Amino acid sequence: MSSFGDKSLIPASALENPIFPRELEDEAIYIMREVAAQFERPAILFSGGKDSITLVRLAQKAFYPGKIPFPLVHVDTGHNFPETIAYRDWLVKEVGAELIVRYVQDSINQGKAQEETGKYASRNALQTVTLLDAIEEFKFDACIGGARRDEEKARAKERIFSVRDDFGQWDAKRQRPELFDMLNGRISVGENVRVFPISNWTELDVWNYIKEEGIPLPSIYFSHQRPVFERDGMLWADSEFINKDTDEIPYEATVRFRTVGDMTCTAAVLSEAVELDDIIGEILSAEISERGARMDDKRSEAAMEKRKQQGYF
Amino acid sequence: MDILRIATAGSVDDGKSTLIGRLLYETQSITRDKLEALEAASKRKGLDFLDLSLLTDGLIAEREQGITIDVAHIYFSTPTRKYIIADTPGHFEYTRNMVTGASNAKVSLILVDARHGVVEQTFRHFFISSMLRIPKVIVCVNKMDLVGYSEERFQQIKQEFQDIAAKVQFSGQEIEFVPISSLYGVNITKKSDEISWYSGVSLLETLEKFDDQVKADSSHAARFPVQYVVRPKTEEYHDYRGYAGRVASGTFSVGDEIVVLPTGQRSRISAIEKFDQSLEQAHARESVIISLETDVDVSRGNMLVKAGQEPSQLREVSAQVCWLDYQALTPGKTLLLQHGINDTKAKVLALEELINVQTMEKSENPTQLKLNEIGGIRLKMAKPIFADAYQENPANGAFILIDEFSHATVGVGFMN
Repeated sequence: MSSFGDKSLIPASALENPIFPRELEDEAIYIMREVAAQFERPAILFSGGKDSITLVRLAQKAFYPGKIPFPLVHVDTGHNFPETIAYRDWLVKEVGAELIVRYVQDSINQGKAQEETGKYASRNALQTVTLLDAIEEFKFDACIGGARRDEEKARAKERIFSVRDDFGQWDAKRQRPELFDMLNGRISVGENVRVFPISNWTELDVWNYIKEEGIPLPSIYFSHQRPVFERDGMLWADSEFINKDTDEIPYEATVRFRTVGDMTCTAAVLSEAVELDDIIGEILSAEISERGARMDDKRSEAAMEKRKQQGYF
Repeated sequence: MDILRIATAGSVDDGKSTLIGRLLYETQSITRDKLEALEAASKRKGLDFLDLSLLTDGLIAEREQGITIDVAHIYFSTPTRKYIIADTPGHFEYTRNMVTGASNAKVSLILVDARHGVVEQTFRHFFISSMLRIPKVIVCVNKMDLVGYSEERFQQIKQEFQDIAAKVQFSGQEIEFVPISSLYGVNITKKSDEISWYSGVSLLETLEKFDDQVKADSSHAARFPVQYVVRPKTEEYHDYRGYAGRVASGTFSVGDEIVVLPTGQRSRISAIEKFDQSLEQAHARESVIISLETDVDVSRGNMLVKAGQEPSQLREVSAQVCWLDYQALTPGKTLLLQHGINDTKAKVLALEELINVQTMEKSENPTQLKLNEIGGIRLKMAKPIFADAYQENPANGAFILIDEFSHATVGVGFMN
């Protein structure tokens, strides 16, 4: 794989006509530096998805020529796409960051989390348990996440510095007002802060940034062949982690993924997009929004808000 | 591509959420799945039209009560620029959210219901827009369909608004009036036949024409708060010492003579860097690393300013404050004051006046400042801050007040 931020990866179209609003990068770098200065033990929550890869790039740029002053924390559901894990291991070497991995399987073995059953069983919600344990274990006081306000209605109301109690809970009514660009990260013992430097970015901003920065991505974001099956009008990667009905029969298709959660909750889209420009073209004409391909949000109209209250992101 | 940040405000039921939904809808910013969800939700509510307000009312409590209770951020783009809307509720008790949402805005959209005209909330919203020195205010006279698209009614509201706005409008602040119907999409993205008497352009065209003020920020005095000192201590960068921060206002160039505050030491800028790029200049809002020619003592919280443009170092200030907490502010209280990235303990010496934003009357020496009230106060600080008057340089003239015990942000102030 080429290096992280390889200028030869930047397509000519991006060099000739850059459209990413650089003000968003300046804002995110400002936030990264505030985190490093205001907190004792911050960490980047790294999922292997394009948003958290963008965070790593921003952290790299914020402290260059110094190293990224916080570890990357990956909560591994055990149901990840193998391509994501390979990319993760390559990336931490490439940028010289520290990687901490904690496993949902361990939380299950310890009896702290219980595997869901049925055909929609997913470990997505169980991640919260493992994450909160990791926060306690390493005494993280700030966790940087790649959530964006354009993803979902409850996230649209999230602050950049989001204070959580020691159960990781989000209280929409207790949010601190954020005025101008002044960030107040003061917390009491037991509290921690979730930080969202790319709050104001849209999906398209992220893709344009990746393109204009020359950032390589895990291969599953690009068109490839894989066995899939249909469920609820969407395509799912066939894997041992999904409980299929007898009439859900896998077949080969040319697909890619728009988001990278784990295999149980991320749907594929039929796509021939092999270049970033193709992907951006698809998004511009897309009829389904990014989180529309996430089963975890569809459980109810307020699914995201309820999970946030429980300490999910 | 540039970004235009807009704040929207209105009173209960004046159709603000519908207006934003309409802007998203007509700029094709809503995807099919979201539209389908919207159709289904509208039907469940027994409506025979698309309830565009459901797009932005995100929290469970809001959907239950059919109102907006927190600042929501909404995004859309045109080929010209990216827009960020901070949508703030109109209820009196949530005024703190309006100040929050509007603090970064360059344009303030104020909604008025054509049937009700200018109401108490309208003036409050305008007052806050002026207090924040938002350079452009667009008054959207909504629900024109319910007054038969009457020009007379529109002119009447315009006059009413101008009469009261004159009291707080600052020089250079523009006010425009646009008649619309967000329910029917009249004059939102294009002019419609219903209002042939209207000589202006549609709301979206008004926004597209707006010239952003970033350049104005760059013409202010040069201020660079140091956020973080980068010292890699690697072999390659053994003696490297760079000061990371975001230019608050003005422009810095390589070779400029600077003064470090508070120490007063002088040096010159030897390099300005953005990652692996060397720059000649850094403008307002840019995040960069500045290196100095000589070895001076600089740490987080210090400020680099251009020689000859030093701000006064203040231990005592008077400021206009909007109080954001349920527990009222009283004289003698000790708080933390955060100015930019710098903070200090501060004590409230006096509450000098309380401003009635409805009547613009001022009462002297109030006993307290309650949630959502705005007043003049005097503060004494434990260490000096390097601030400008908010009127002269907004980027370096505001501060927040933080409760020492709960750590909550309880107030926002504007330096006189």
